[in-house]
Amino acid sequence: MATSSTTQPEAPRTEGSVKRVALVGNPNVGKSVLFNALTGAYVTVSNYPGTSVEVSRGNAVIGGQTWQVIDTPGMYSVHTITEEERVAREILLKETPDVVIHVLDARNLERMLAMTIQLIEADLPVILVVNIMDEAERMGLSINLELLRQRLGIPVIGAATARKRGLDEIRNAVAAYGRKPVNTFNYSRLLEHDIAQVTQHMSGSYIMSPKSLALLLLQQDEEITALFKEWDRDGYAALAEKVREITFERRESFHMDLSMERKDIVRKLIKDVIVAPEKRVITLGERLSTLAVRPLTGVPLLLIVLYFGLYKFVGGFGAGTLVDLLETQGFKEHFNPWITGVIQSLIPWVIIQELFVGEYGIITLGIRYAVGIILPIVATFFLFFSILEDSGYFPRLALLVDRLFKYIGLTGRAVIPMVLGFGCSTMATMVTRTLETTRERVVATLLLALAIPCSAQLGVILALLSRVPGALAVWGACLLLLFIVVGFMAARVLPGDTPMFYMEIPPMRLPQLSNVFTKTYTRMQWYFMEILPLFILASVLLWLGKITHFFPLIVRWMEPLMAAIGLPKESAVAFIFGFFRRDYGAAGLYDLQEKGLMDARQLTVAAVTLTIFIPCVAQFLIMKKERGWKVASTIGLFVSLVAFGSGYALNKLLLITGLLA
Amino acid sequence: MKLSEKAEEVLEALWVAVEEDGQAFLDPEKMGFPADDPTYRELTGHALIEIRQGMVYFRPEGREEGKVTIRRHRLAERLMMDVLNIRGDEGEYKACQFEHLLNEGADVKVCTMLNHPSTCPHGKPIPPGECCDQARAQGDLGIVPLTEFKSGQQGEIAYIQTEDNKKMQKLMAMGVLPGNRIELVQAFPSYIFRVGYSEFAIDTNLAREIFVRK
Repeated sequence: MATSSTTQPEAPRTEGSVKRVALVGNPNVGKSVLFNALTGAYVTVSNYPGTSVEVSRGNAVIGGQTWQVIDTPGMYSVHTITEEERVAREILLKETPDVVIHVLDARNLERMLAMTIQLIEADLPVILVVNIMDEAERMGLSINLELLRQRLGIPVIGAATARKRGLDEIRNAVAAYGRKPVNTFNYSRLLEHDIAQVTQHMSGSYIMSPKSLALLLLQQDEEITALFKEWDRDGYAALAEKVREITFERRESFHMDLSMERKDIVRKLIKDVIVAPEKRVITLGERLSTLAVRPLTGVPLLLIVLYFGLYKFVGGFGAGTLVDLLETQGFKEHFNPWITGVIQSLIPWVIIQELFVGEYGIITLGIRYAVGIILPIVATFFLFFSILEDSGYFPRLALLVDRLFKYIGLTGRAVIPMVLGFGCSTMATMVTRTLETTRERVVATLLLALAIPCSAQLGVILALLSRVPGALAVWGACLLLLFIVVGFMAARVLPGDTPMFYMEIPPMRLPQLSNVFTKTYTRMQWYFMEILPLFILASVLLWLGKITHFFPLIVRWMEPLMAAIGLPKESAVAFIFGFFRRDYGAAGLYDLQEKGLMDARQLTVAAVTLTIFIPCVAQFLIMKKERGWKVASTIGLFVSLVAFGSGYALNKLLLITGLLA
Repeated sequence: MKLSEKAEEVLEALWVAVEEDGQAFLDPEKMGFPADDPTYRELTGHALIEIRQGMVYFRPEGREEGKVTIRRHRLAERLMMDVLNIRGDEGEYKACQFEHLLNEGADVKVCTMLNHPSTCPHGKPIPPGECCDQARAQGDLGIVPLTEFKSGQQGEIAYIQTEDNKKMQKLMAMGVLPGNRIELVQAFPSYIFRVGYSEFAIDTNLAREIFVRK
């Protein structure tokens, strides 16, 4: 995710003088790390494939000149399949970067060089960065970069960007880049013949070499085919006919043949370049990995992680100790009385005083919620989350649950947006983009809106409900049940097949503290900046509602609804807060509990209803952006109905069974 | 000996009842045609079965014939599913028609083409034929889907068998290319395999399409 304020997701056509360097390569090889190192900006870096789903841009001064650096989502091949890959290739096709840095993982040089060949073949100005050299060395691999450089005919640099190794060499190579005679790799006579058959129908000059375009056409790349329709209006028919002819002739195995030929080229290239140890070195990370992926040890490990990380650290320490310190002692006991005094002495009009320090005052309510309650919870959550992210745990979780997720129309891949949803569902809804099919994206978006509480909400609820024995279990069971039932039904109702599951499993790594803290800080900053204006706005609206007596009116309107689900009328306030933001509603709940207005049953019902209740404004907007307003409003409506429906049912159930009484 | 299609079906049903369901005989009621149907006379005429107290029993020769017949049926099922990609009831129906053609050596050819499969698409065993025993004796167990591997087992990728081009490209992008070494790290709950220094997790459907040489 590119959430840092210093990067722009949109494509600005910069003034002609600024040169551009694009970073491309397989997922999870460290493109974003290099981007951060070159530009001094921060885009989120994690240890799993698909962290970046958008293009990020930043500036860097290299060799005394300003360069625009473009970070792209990972792609496996120049022939693209998924959405993010297309986004990445777009940069190559449309922006003609002056230098293309292909970043790859030293340990997987052989596999990833296939793409370097494609880039060179496309006549792109390529520099090869063989990254993660440190880990390769630890595994006993030795790589002769000089030999590789000679054979490829392009600059080749060994680096470990996360350890700041090789950065100067990369900068120098970018600054000194001059186009050299391009080394073309020859395929078999048959394939070369086919390529020539296609290229003879190409007349224009293109961004990529005719040869590579011909290969993409033969691979039936839809985007390239569409581009040719646009470029060569007249010649297109003949070209398309030729392509059709050859693809039909080679329909059996064109993709495979091409890959095999490239594999052969790579095999010759790396002969004597890589020397691998006789015996595989088994690292500590690999041992830990085994524990995480075996169900017998993986499930207990997950529970331990959840208990200590989520329950103890976020719920206990963050939402308990820290909130107590900041909110109760800091705000309520010291800051609020003091600021109220100050405001009252400065502003003589009671109405205006109320705006700042009243019941719904900007400072006494808005800022107190944001700083006193939300901030400590979000901070502890993101810290916990970042550590897990960087360790490489999530892809392992994905493969553990894939089988189960298939029942709800998702694959294990959807674990990543789901767990991100516990941080912030808005962020997570954006990440559903990495899922393969529209169907999967819709199911994931729905479940995120419905059954996944965001971190602030989660923290408050953990803290509130853990005081009542059993309440937390009831709340958890309700959400889990809903998650399963709704997912199961959505999978039946929505058309389409369950897609396949595949995922690269990155090595387990020891999280780098500097990255963990920077990432936590960036996310907190982003989160805080997003909620603060809304919290202030909410305070102003509530104040307006109060002085115009409109707010008590709404509360009265909602009373029957509250009564129906067995809640005191005061809780309507928390629900109105919830419209603005989920976490705001949760914070409102916290206040109610402090005032001793609710018993265990009511608290649990309110927590469940609020958790399910409509997504906050920001999430709704993202849903609209990613899925379209139709899907977004359907989900919004559905979720609201389910929320109150479940609240009603749960209340009745608790009353009848006498649970939590 | 050329039996009628109906007679072959009786043999199959009897074989399943006796060999797989552990019964001693087959109740002709279950076949849907009564004990005085000419089909039974045809079978008793070949000395394959005998009928005692209205129930159908194998004679030793019949047991052998039943095994061969069920083998042809299950091979036909495999052929429909793996090669012709006709699944479900349609596949079952076609297999029932097709099995009757698999005699006089045609079954050996199909079995070899399918690489001596050991189970039918429903997971029931296919009784091995001579060709299977021979292949095994030569140590050429040949090529199996990755799903047949045990955790920790290594092999070489032989080919990818999939209808879907995108799937093929996904797999190739992961380094799943013929000739590469592959190690199955874990088989449950998802398949984890290692190619080179990378590990990938895939589901059963994908794993079934990677064929490996032991």
